[in-house]
Amino acid sequence: MADLTTDFLGIKTPNPFWLASAPPTDKEYNVRRAFEAGWGGVVWKTLGAEGPPVVNVNGPRYGAIWGADRRLLGLNNIELITDRPLQVNLDEIARVKKDYPDRAIIASIMVPCEEQAWKDILPRVEDTGADGIELNFGCPHGMAERGMGSAVGQVPEYVQMVAEWCKMYYSRPVIVKLTPNITDIRSSARAAKAGGADAVSLINTINSITSVNLDVMSPEPMIDGKGTHGGYCGPAVKPIAMHMVAEIARDPETHGFPISAIGGITTWRDAAEFMALGAGNVQVCTAAMTYGFKIVEEMISGLSQWMDEKGHTSTQDFIGQAVPNVTDWNYLNLNHVTKARIDQDMCIKCGRCYAACEDTSHQAISMSADRVFEVKDDECVACNLCVNVCPVEDCITMVTLEPGQIDERTGKVVEEDYANWTTHPNNPGAQAAE
Amino acid sequence: MSNSPFTPGIAPARLDRAEYAANFADLHAPLDDHEALVAADRCYFCHDAPCITACPTSIDIPLFIRQIATDTPEAAARTIFDQNILGGMCARVCPTETLCEEACVREAAEGKPVEIGRLQRYATDTVMAAGTHPYSRAAPTGRKVAVVGAGPAGLACAHRLAMKGHDVDIFEAREKPGGLNEYGIAAYKTVGGFAEAEVNWLMQIGGIRMLNGRALGRDLTLEELRGDYDAVFLGMGLAGVNALRTDGEDKEGVANAVDFIADLRQAGDLSSLPVGRNVVVIGGGMTAVDAAVQSKLLGAENVTILYRRGRDAMPASRYEQDLAASKGVRIIFNAMPVRMTGNGAVQALEAEYTTQTPEGLKGTGERFTLPADQVFKAIGQSLGDAGALKLDGRKIAITGAGRTSEAGVWAGGDCASSGDDLTVTAVAEGRDAAEDIHASLSA
Repeated sequence: MADLTTDFLGIKTPNPFWLASAPPTDKEYNVRRAFEAGWGGVVWKTLGAEGPPVVNVNGPRYGAIWGADRRLLGLNNIELITDRPLQVNLDEIARVKKDYPDRAIIASIMVPCEEQAWKDILPRVEDTGADGIELNFGCPHGMAERGMGSAVGQVPEYVQMVAEWCKMYYSRPVIVKLTPNITDIRSSARAAKAGGADAVSLINTINSITSVNLDVMSPEPMIDGKGTHGGYCGPAVKPIAMHMVAEIARDPETHGFPISAIGGITTWRDAAEFMALGAGNVQVCTAAMTYGFKIVEEMISGLSQWMDEKGHTSTQDFIGQAVPNVTDWNYLNLNHVTKARIDQDMCIKCGRCYAACEDTSHQAISMSADRVFEVKDDECVACNLCVNVCPVEDCITMVTLEPGQIDERTGKVVEEDYANWTTHPNNPGAQAAE
Repeated sequence: MSNSPFTPGIAPARLDRAEYAANFADLHAPLDDHEALVAADRCYFCHDAPCITACPTSIDIPLFIRQIATDTPEAAARTIFDQNILGGMCARVCPTETLCEEACVREAAEGKPVEIGRLQRYATDTVMAAGTHPYSRAAPTGRKVAVVGAGPAGLACAHRLAMKGHDVDIFEAREKPGGLNEYGIAAYKTVGGFAEAEVNWLMQIGGIRMLNGRALGRDLTLEELRGDYDAVFLGMGLAGVNALRTDGEDKEGVANAVDFIADLRQAGDLSSLPVGRNVVVIGGGMTAVDAAVQSKLLGAENVTILYRRGRDAMPASRYEQDLAASKGVRIIFNAMPVRMTGNGAVQALEAEYTTQTPEGLKGTGERFTLPADQVFKAIGQSLGDAGALKLDGRKIAITGAGRTSEAGVWAGGDCASSGDDLTVTAVAEGRDAAEDIHASLSA
């Protein structure tokens, strides 16, 4: 069985699966149970400044999107940071850390964007023995309206400034948690790095309205007839999160900068994918909130099995392996020609490929009276839509044409050489090949 | 209960009340809201879907299932009723395993089709439970049409004609409307007085007069109807029962399966219905299975279906055969009755195995005897007197949308020469004849 021990910023944990700062990590009771269940680390639910704690709404805090069998696909929340007194949280962190020295405890923090506020809280956090801190620059609701959370994360200058204060008043690793509610995630990551932070974690939740109650005409979750935007998370946000992680991993300015990935991670495979895109570890929340702490057992066994199958002995072996293959559209090989192929033995004759291609794509699939569906090579642009709508996995596949073969659609011979848009004759800005 | 399954002869009250209730409960429980959403999600929304082609009434199945999936079962029901006004009954009694669900691509893919029948019931029950009738009549045309028979064909025809603005009189021989929906079909497929409720719901369209106890040939003639009405639709089904022509057929305890089923459907108290300890049903269609299964459910100790051909030739679907087997009915294939013996009342049935020869089905000479104190004949039904109407084989000959050899007279359902003897086929024929009648009256 592969060794899942992961070193992130010098913090060693038995596996790369941490629980993200959120309700599951709100207090000692939960965190102890999470560690007993096998989680490698937790990011403690966000601490606020000394003083009366924040208050939450007393109606629903969550909204959701479901599949047909009520499978939770996306969750949104309007919960705030911890609503328990600071000292209670600090005492609990210290106690749990002492009992679980091999697990990571990171303290998430959100205090006003003033140096004194950070200067006040950081030594107290340091005293708990926590392994590091995570700066909550991500929450999009409730706290942002008070100038914290994503209101900070959306201004790179603030990100850098606060990171600098933290490095000044705190000796252990500083992770900056980024908001996805921004045009280009790279500017936030660059600012964190410039401020001296040790890592970034992303994504925090995405601004969202999950549904509208058409009887009351109010967004959900609804509090006394009104609703507000909440932070969206769960399996639905994973593709967005992966793009942002990859952008930071391949940006020359932040390439190699440690990333803790968050965003819809539900299975071992999700974790492996994020790590292949450059994440040093992963943080999980919605999956645990949906199924309980036990899911980490599947994550551990699954990742371990996959690593064994691939011959990886350490998570370091595959972290970032996919990053070199994330490129800009401009550099995709335009001489790579594929055609859809329908396996007639596997086809169940539903005709979805035909409907999709005929109605919405390139009219490249024929249908016979007895429901045989075939690809017209002279029309197929290899868009992959038929593959995606086909209910039978691997029934439709993309077959690559070999160099020398004729692409019946264009009438051209498939060339062996790589050629992209930057040198294409149709590109007004094309550079002549040397 | 005064008797038991072991009580000799034909006896009532072989079971206790709870057993009757359990045995004759809904064969397929209705889907609840969540189950319907999950079942609907399995539909692939196929292009030019094979299930639509397989449905005799061509219901747009993918569309109605999508309407269920998007929480509008009322719209789904409308999609169904547009094609099949008896969609509620068909959802219960259609042999979906040989129609839409057999054609479902998921049947091909995984041997587990989308539950089209149950989803259809979910949608139609939603509307019927609300008591609303989604159709209204066109402006009155002043034309009158006579419909003979208030079975599925006649009801579908009458409803469509009423919708078009014509006035319709239905002449029904029996006491209650519904035809085989009311008097045929196993009770566990249509519980809770559904057949009657469905007719009442259908009649809400208005413009239809139901005249019960009026049989063609007995109380009225085709010539009278042709004189009194602008058009006539014949949907009276098959009144006669084919004779077995076997020695001992006249013995006490030998009866027609259709009569047994009708009595059972009309029984207020199932424990009052007598059934044999040893029951033999002769035949291989749905009527044979319905009679056999219900005999078993009424408490018969041994029930045997005797079918003269092999399993593959049996008109009852494999699903129905398995249902019978699961209830404890034994099916003997490739055997035919030779004679029934007994002193007055039947006591045993002697049968002979059969084999297919170039000259047809022949006995092999090997015989066996089954104890039998009740024998049900289910070898098909026949048309009564058709007067001057041209026949095709033993049914009324029709061309196109139910046109008979007589001008102004249409026919459909079991009495007419086309299609399978299914409720859903009868509905399609009644509906199509109505469209044709309307077109000819509007010409």
